Amino acid sequence: MMDRLATIGRGTFDILASLGRSSEFLLRSLVAVPRPATGLPLLVKQIYAVGVLSLAIIVVSGLFIGMVLGLQGYNILTDYGSEQAIGQMVALTLVRELGPVVTALLFAGRAGSALTAEIGLMKATEQLSSMEMMGVDPLRRVIAPRFWAGFITMPLLAMIFSVVGIWGGMLVGVDWLGVFEGSYWANMQASVDFGEDVLNGIIKSIAFGFVCTWIAVYQGYDSVPTSEGISSATTKTVVYSSLAVLGLDFILTAVMFGDI
Amino acid sequence: MTSESAFIDIQDLVFLRGERRIFDGLSLKIPRGKVTAIMGPSGTGKTTLLKLIGGQLRPESGRITVDGICVHELRRSALYDLRKRMGMLFQSGALFSDISAYENVAFPLRVHTKLPEDMIRDIVLMKLEAVGLRGARDLMPSELSGGMTRRVALARSIALDPELIMYDEPFTGQDPIAKGVLVEMISKLNRSMGLTSVLVSHDVPESLSICDYACIVSNGQVIGAGTPEELQGNPSERVQQFLQGKPDGPVPFHYPAEPIAEDLADGAQR
Repeated sequence: MMDRLATIGRGTFDILASLGRSSEFLLRSLVAVPRPATGLPLLVKQIYAVGVLSLAIIVVSGLFIGMVLGLQGYNILTDYGSEQAIGQMVALTLVRELGPVVTALLFAGRAGSALTAEIGLMKATEQLSSMEMMGVDPLRRVIAPRFWAGFITMPLLAMIFSVVGIWGGMLVGVDWLGVFEGSYWANMQASVDFGEDVLNGIIKSIAFGFVCTWIAVYQGYDSVPTSEGISSATTKTVVYSSLAVLGLDFILTAVMFGDI
Repeated sequence: MTSESAFIDIQDLVFLRGERRIFDGLSLKIPRGKVTAIMGPSGTGKTTLLKLIGGQLRPESGRITVDGICVHELRRSALYDLRKRMGMLFQSGALFSDISAYENVAFPLRVHTKLPEDMIRDIVLMKLEAVGLRGARDLMPSELSGGMTRRVALARSIALDPELIMYDEPFTGQDPIAKGVLVEMISKLNRSMGLTSVLVSHDVPESLSICDYACIVSNGQVIGAGTPEELQGNPSERVQQFLQGKPDGPVPFHYPAEPIAEDLADGAQR
């Protein structure tokens, strides 16, 4: 009994300690505002690596998800004779939920794992140490640009995802299944509210961007510098990010759309 | 040696890693402008000692001063300023793998100086020339051999003309030619730039051939120190065992264990 209590206590302390360490880590990497001349090229490079290179998977997934939504939506809505509402359904689903959430999940798998592995390997090959010994703070030089890149690109990727998805829904609903194009767009326009739906979706993806990138860079920086350590850190990045995104999504949805 | 000439002064250093005492009251002076070799068996914390001098780790107790400045009492920014005066050559070289050899050497110059691009180019080419790799400047780190990696890393660590340079196991895993090149280069750099060099190694002949002063660290303490000649004549059995590479002696061949007869008997009872 005492043993079990001790185990629980130790586990709780470990979790609290790692939360504390990761918060301190984040604070220390973000307090300093870099000079634009040095900071900007680093940031642009990371935005390219994290954002632009993730575009392919985001666009393709968005297209397919939109097409599936169009197909499933049509099947259900025809039962009630209201297949004209398909545009509204596709758009609301994407903008409110699937856009931010699926983008964040894909981002964790594509960009988050890459960030963790890259930083972990830099640690294992002493690149971070050597930077410190050269009088350069790796938190500012390596971590901060990567964090900001993830934070900036996530909402953009989520918006692109939703736009492509809506277009995919139209391909299936209008071009293939023959829903009238005017009602696809008009129903969407009438029901999607900018503040309520689009903005809330963007806020969600900003939160996801913050959490996913934080987890990814911290796991990399905190990894045990061996091959097993890096592999487990990469796995943790994907698992923790996915769980955090799904859990956070529920909380945010409850706050935004719960009407409690 | 008088205390004025000591560039690095370590007093009663205690450092723990978990439960293990890596250093237990270690005291050491490293003279200015000389090559000092710190030798000792693997796992005695030689690399840890360099990290303590560089302020990457903090001692449990004791003092480490570099040029009169106490390293572990410095604030972060002051520590980073002090590090600009130190160069460190890591065992793996630790080149940044995403940029070329040229850019690696240019990195500290770009970060810490506001020199114009053509001057950076001149300095980088001079440093690469000093290590004989001016022709390899456009190669990526993955295209360099182990010895070349270390030489580029050496060029990078002297880019800012430091006063102190620390070599972490520079000879490990090098072929004889690369070893010879590194030995030559370390002593040449020390003479021509007036550096203080600290060399951590367990390659006895190479280290003794270039150092002015050597000490042997074992079990967290200095067990022998002096010029190479003094060390060769040191009566301590532990020093002699290390220098001559005897498999058994005061540093035992066996990892501590219960007597083998008991251990085998335990197995029979199961």
